[in-house]
Amino acid sequence: MAGIRVVFFEECDEHLGELENGLIAIQEGDRDPETINIIFRAVHSIKGGASIFGLEALVGFAHTFENLLTKVRSGEKALDEAVIKTCLKAADVLADLVREANGGAAVEDGKADPLVSTLTALSSGSSAGAEEAEEEDPELAALQFQPVSVSFAELDVAAPKTLAIRFKPGLAMYAKANDAILILQELSRYGEVKAAVNTDALPLLDGLDPREGYLTWHISLLTTQHPSLVREVFEFVENDCELEISEAETIAPIAAPPPPVIEAPPTAPPVSFAPAPAPAPVGPVEAAPVPNQPQTQGSIRVDLDRVDRMIDLVSELVINQSILVQRLAGERFNGQAEVSAALEDLDKLTREIQDSVMAIRAQPVKAVFQRMSRLVREVEAVTRKPVRLVTEGDATEVDRTVIERLSDPLTHMIRNAIDHGIEPPEKRAAAGKPAMGTVKIAAAHRGGRIIIEVSDDGAGINRERVREKAVERGVIGAEDRLTDEETDNLIFAAGFSTADQVSDISGRGVGMDVVRSGVQALGGRITVTSVQGQGSTFTLSLPLTLAVMDGMLVQVGDQGMVVPLTALVESFQVAPGDVTRLGVETTFLHLRGANVPLLDLGAMLGYPRGEDEDGRHVALLVEDDSGQRAALLVNDILGQQQVVIKSLEANYREVPGVAAATILGDGRVALILDVNAILSRRRRVCAEPKAA
Amino acid sequence: MRESKTILTVDDSRTMRDMLLMTLNEAGYDVVQAEDGEDGLAKLGDMRPDAIITDINMPKLDGFGFIEKVREDPSYVSVPILVLTTESEQDRKDRARAAGATGWIVKPFNPSKLLEALRRVGA
Repeated sequence: MAGIRVVFFEECDEHLGELENGLIAIQEGDRDPETINIIFRAVHSIKGGASIFGLEALVGFAHTFENLLTKVRSGEKALDEAVIKTCLKAADVLADLVREANGGAAVEDGKADPLVSTLTALSSGSSAGAEEAEEEDPELAALQFQPVSVSFAELDVAAPKTLAIRFKPGLAMYAKANDAILILQELSRYGEVKAAVNTDALPLLDGLDPREGYLTWHISLLTTQHPSLVREVFEFVENDCELEISEAETIAPIAAPPPPVIEAPPTAPPVSFAPAPAPAPVGPVEAAPVPNQPQTQGSIRVDLDRVDRMIDLVSELVINQSILVQRLAGERFNGQAEVSAALEDLDKLTREIQDSVMAIRAQPVKAVFQRMSRLVREVEAVTRKPVRLVTEGDATEVDRTVIERLSDPLTHMIRNAIDHGIEPPEKRAAAGKPAMGTVKIAAAHRGGRIIIEVSDDGAGINRERVREKAVERGVIGAEDRLTDEETDNLIFAAGFSTADQVSDISGRGVGMDVVRSGVQALGGRITVTSVQGQGSTFTLSLPLTLAVMDGMLVQVGDQGMVVPLTALVESFQVAPGDVTRLGVETTFLHLRGANVPLLDLGAMLGYPRGEDEDGRHVALLVEDDSGQRAALLVNDILGQQQVVIKSLEANYREVPGVAAATILGDGRVALILDVNAILSRRRRVCAEPKAA
Repeated sequence: MRESKTILTVDDSRTMRDMLLMTLNEAGYDVVQAEDGEDGLAKLGDMRPDAIITDINMPKLDGFGFIEKVREDPSYVSVPILVLTTESEQDRKDRARAAGATGWIVKPFNPSKLLEALRRVGA
């Protein structure tokens, strides 16, 4: 049952998505009846599922919503702007109620009530009359009625009495697969049944229509049940038969001498009622036993844990496979064509398995994009700036973990875009822009990463103000010269916020620096570009998966070390003349007219100094997420390689400057460098002497 | 004893399908699931369920259409069909019955209600 509950909430999310999409399509002019059907079904299904779990608030609201949609679907209610707006709001409240039912934050009491009145008013507004009011909530009416009838029945009748029932099945009854024998069996559960069948109407065999009902049953039932309950036994067939139920004394025909009386034992085998006209089709009714058909569905549901376990195993397989290749290459199999061909096949297969397993975790970004349209509506309402949201590349797939963690940064960027980026309508009009602002989110695959762009057509970043604030907050010095790009990216600096006062929308105590660290935690980078008067574009670049990455394998001391390819700008030879020493700690490298800090990676990480250390002349130019660059001095570059990321914290403990570890083809462990940490460490090292 | 009975369930809601599956399996029935009317007809193929339980509101082919199609085939005339409906939908019960439904199950149902309805149609 708990499992079904999980499914229910998953399904609710899907339905809420369909609902939202459908309503947005309608808002944009879509009047396809199927779209309306889809939104109707979405609400209907949520209601149906919620009732299984007794989620009263959800059922009640969904029911009110559904009433309006029923009117819309039948064409009784026109889809005017008021109705669409109300539906969109109702969809939001429905989503809130679902979240509440799933253990989320409680919906404020006041939030749903006015909407319920609006929905009710709209549902009843189409036609007038007292009838309408009654029709308002037929479900409730029915529910109220029923308990009364049942309880009466139970209280009223204590002593057994005999009921006389006359029952004549009609043709239509058999056509719907109902059967008199089943009714008789069911009756026998209510008391003692004596049944007599009148076969007078039965024709001779050649005139017999096997589907027609020729028999009339006279049944006497000795029961303690109320006649109304007994009548319910005939519920399915009452329109397709002749039926009279009365207390024995009052009905005469039963006393008439009926032909053979058959006792109906509770579990009467059907044969004892042989004369009953079989509803049977011609041909064998009992077909060959139905094979236990596998459920051939387009998709199956799998526990995430299992997928993760599989990803882990495949990662091990990849490592093992490359160990095997290295071992065999060095030994006596070297040069044997069959062996190397088989190894190549193995290599290909392993990679394919790896890709396929990764693909299981991949999901379209649509789910997270969908949530944003609600956010836009909310922010729109608070800021009173009309905004539309455009999405692109919804189908772009990315690892599930990445998707889950995308929501927060996106939310914040969109809030920011509307709050700070988009101008009020008057200003926009004055600037010759359409009054309605546009926020666009687009996703695309590029070079093994996913790129997500959040852009707005607002005023762009006000560089003067950004600069002022940055100086004021000590982020930069008053004399520092920055390029436009550098200025724009100041908004990601820690503790930076351009809003004069903390607004309700974007100022929730977090700034873009939090967005940046969220993105960095995903192994991603974020940058911004902005054109004055035309808007800003935030670009997120994220890895497709958090389990593997491309890295450059380098030698540091006697250790292998992996530098993430995403941080690597270039690698080059260092000529002794390019290096300038400033004191003991600091070294700069002259690179094409600019000076970049040169860091001795081995020394920074505390590796013992090797013998020919001074002869080293290979360096990697790296860039951290904020665009800071530095050159890392290493012993040697061993080559580019895809590595499986193994958490160091999970297996050992956190090590400053090291992001994770991996296992190389030869079985050795190599550490993966945390470029951001290394570069910020350098800055601290540089800053400290100044402070002292 | 014959083998366990098979029920075809047709519902576009996964929650409802799972609920039916769990209840029916616990009661010893085999279950074949379909997601809408069209799928129901496809799954029906040449199998012969002991009963069919179907929702009304479904994409592609709704419950009414599905029942009519099933009943069109003479060999399925005697297969009991139960529709899932809510208490308020008297007109739906009538329409379902007109289409050839044997009976109905009122949502939300509990296991005993479901099994009782099946028993009453002989499945």
